Amino acid sequence: MSSDVAIRIAGLGKKYRIRHQHAERYVALRDVVSDGVRDLFWRKWKYRRSTIEDFWALSDVSFEVRRGEVTGVIGRNGAGKSTLLKVISRITEPTAGRIELTGRVASMLEVGTGFHPELTGRENIFLNGAILGMRHAEIKRRFDEIVAFSEVEDFLDTPVKRFSSGMYVRLAFAVAAHLHTEILIVDEVLAVGDAEFQRKCLGRMSEAAQGGRTVLFVSHNMAAIRRLTQRCIVLDHGRVAVDAPPQDAIEYYLKESSDGIAQGCFVRAVARPADRPFYVERVTTRRQAHGDPAGQFDCDQPIVVCVEYTAARPIPGLYGYMQLQRLDGTVIYEGDSTDAGVNPFDRLPAGSGTACIRIPERILGAGTYQLHLSFASGSDPAGPVVDNPGVVGEFRLDDTSTRRGNRRNGYLSMKLPWQVSAERP
Amino acid sequence: MTLSLQPGSDTTATRLIIEPGLTAKNYWRDLWHYRELIYFLAWRDTAVRYKQTGIGIAWALIRPALTMLVFVGFRRLIGFPPGKVPEPILVFAAVLPWQFFSSALSEAASSLIGNANLISKIYFPRLLIPLAAVATTVIDFAITLALLLLLMLWYRFLPGWQLAGLPFFLLLAFGLSLGLGLFFAALNVEYRDFRYIVPFLVQFGLFVSPIAFSTSDVPPQWRALYALNPMVGIIDGFRWSLLGGRAGLDSQSIVISVAVTAAVLMLGLWYFRRMEHSFADRI
Repeated sequence: MSSDVAIRIAGLGKKYRIRHQHAERYVALRDVVSDGVRDLFWRKWKYRRSTIEDFWALSDVSFEVRRGEVTGVIGRNGAGKSTLLKVISRITEPTAGRIELTGRVASMLEVGTGFHPELTGRENIFLNGAILGMRHAEIKRRFDEIVAFSEVEDFLDTPVKRFSSGMYVRLAFAVAAHLHTEILIVDEVLAVGDAEFQRKCLGRMSEAAQGGRTVLFVSHNMAAIRRLTQRCIVLDHGRVAVDAPPQDAIEYYLKESSDGIAQGCFVRAVARPADRPFYVERVTTRRQAHGDPAGQFDCDQPIVVCVEYTAARPIPGLYGYMQLQRLDGTVIYEGDSTDAGVNPFDRLPAGSGTACIRIPERILGAGTYQLHLSFASGSDPAGPVVDNPGVVGEFRLDDTSTRRGNRRNGYLSMKLPWQVSAERP
Repeated sequence: MTLSLQPGSDTTATRLIIEPGLTAKNYWRDLWHYRELIYFLAWRDTAVRYKQTGIGIAWALIRPALTMLVFVGFRRLIGFPPGKVPEPILVFAAVLPWQFFSSALSEAASSLIGNANLISKIYFPRLLIPLAAVATTVIDFAITLALLLLLMLWYRFLPGWQLAGLPFFLLLAFGLSLGLGLFFAALNVEYRDFRYIVPFLVQFGLFVSPIAFSTSDVPPQWRALYALNPMVGIIDGFRWSLLGGRAGLDSQSIVISVAVTAAVLMLGLWYFRRMEHSFADRI
């Protein structure tokens, strides 16, 4: 057994049982009892309340990660990325196969797990550190470093419920970034936070790698994958589809994933889990709010992004976040629902509905775009609320009414008039 | 910023194998590694409680005080003969362990559901969560105990050397509430309607435990059977330690209580450990 392998995964499988005809994710004893009673009396009619189906979220996954290697994991929503990380992090048990980890493991599957909104920044650093497996003395030793990295010195004694979402994310990442373990497992934490902070996080992760740490990294951000990783695994339906250098893997993924979001319509594969008070059900791109979903647009047409959501209850501080990326990972647009004044999601009444974002015509240049979407709130009394469906759309824009058309360089497609006069300004 | 860690420094010591059904391997070692988390979780729950509620500490005092008053009133109404010990102290000495047991049990039983986000995102031995929930209740216990001491001062009542036995009976109550708490916490993840069953059980227990009355009020031929309720031995033990031996101590009921508590704790641990691996998938 060679000692330079940090993560060895062999024949890994994870099976979930899915109950059909059951809205609830959990079983109530009364159902078991009443099902049992019904079975007694109705068996002759072969009545079954629910059927159980096995679903393999991961099947026969095998790969090795050498020590000091940064490996990316990409794949569509529901491809098994998160399940893989959860199994490696020991949050859930595999159904088959074996994982061998050499070295201590730290995983960051979500930013700020265990943060409590009522507690202050200082208190949360200690709490979160302990949850992530740090000793009290260790946190104390690194405390100043963590605070400096997070840039929230002035708010250390403020309850984090009063933090802006940026501050919240910075503090949470700072704690996790100072875990000194040999293996680091990171899930899509970069989807939140501003560009400046994302750069800082990426820097921190490449530092970790240069320091000889092994990093397993899930992301939808192809630019980050390309920059950070030496190797990339594409998961598809719970299997390893490609295990190759990042360039080849990304190419494969982009080709595959554009089929996934068929005709401008993204549908969530899994029904809303009970612990998600806000959940995006479906996202479509259309030419008009009531038009048909489309994946192809003309630069002269607006693009309307329709987000169909369910809110289980009003959530204070909830906001939506949207990012448009070119396929190479370049961020073309970033913004959230607070930009245009009143944030409609803050304490949005419970129920289902649709939010539409209109991207006006003649702004985006010709090309293919990926639409990233997430919803978050750091100020809900019950703890941070996050719904991050990731890539929810992909569309192509053609420029047909200018001289250069699709051959225009750059990212914008405005038609700027040239006003000519005989005077000097 | 530099990374202090040298790869390979102690990697041979930390080889981890993950296989189906193998979570048990490093469990107790992990539990020891994460022991500080018990303190942090207990501290979080206490801090949050006192930050969120205006009454804060008063809440830990009002509940047992009112319970005591109701039971003393009940005794007067029924016409219990007053004994050697002032009634408020006699009753309070029993309310103290009962309050601890009932809140520890309820907190532990709902602790996993309340920390669902932690369970689905981070690994640590899940046993810590109910353990921390029970530990949190010890703080309330200390506050209530202080109230009892004040009450004793008021009545100029002096406990004896038997007070030294109190930690043992507290430990017993801790073990019992943890054992039952583990069992119900795991059941709560599987069947959510257990959260309605636990309050009922706690309420029921209040009436079948010797709080308003003493075990000596129970006919002798029924006492052994009565002692099968492990809280009987614990409450008797509390009374004995706090009232300076003026309440009798039946060794038989203590032995039964210790045995039942040990059995409950083992059973609770066994069931919890058996269900633990699927918590993240079900919660």
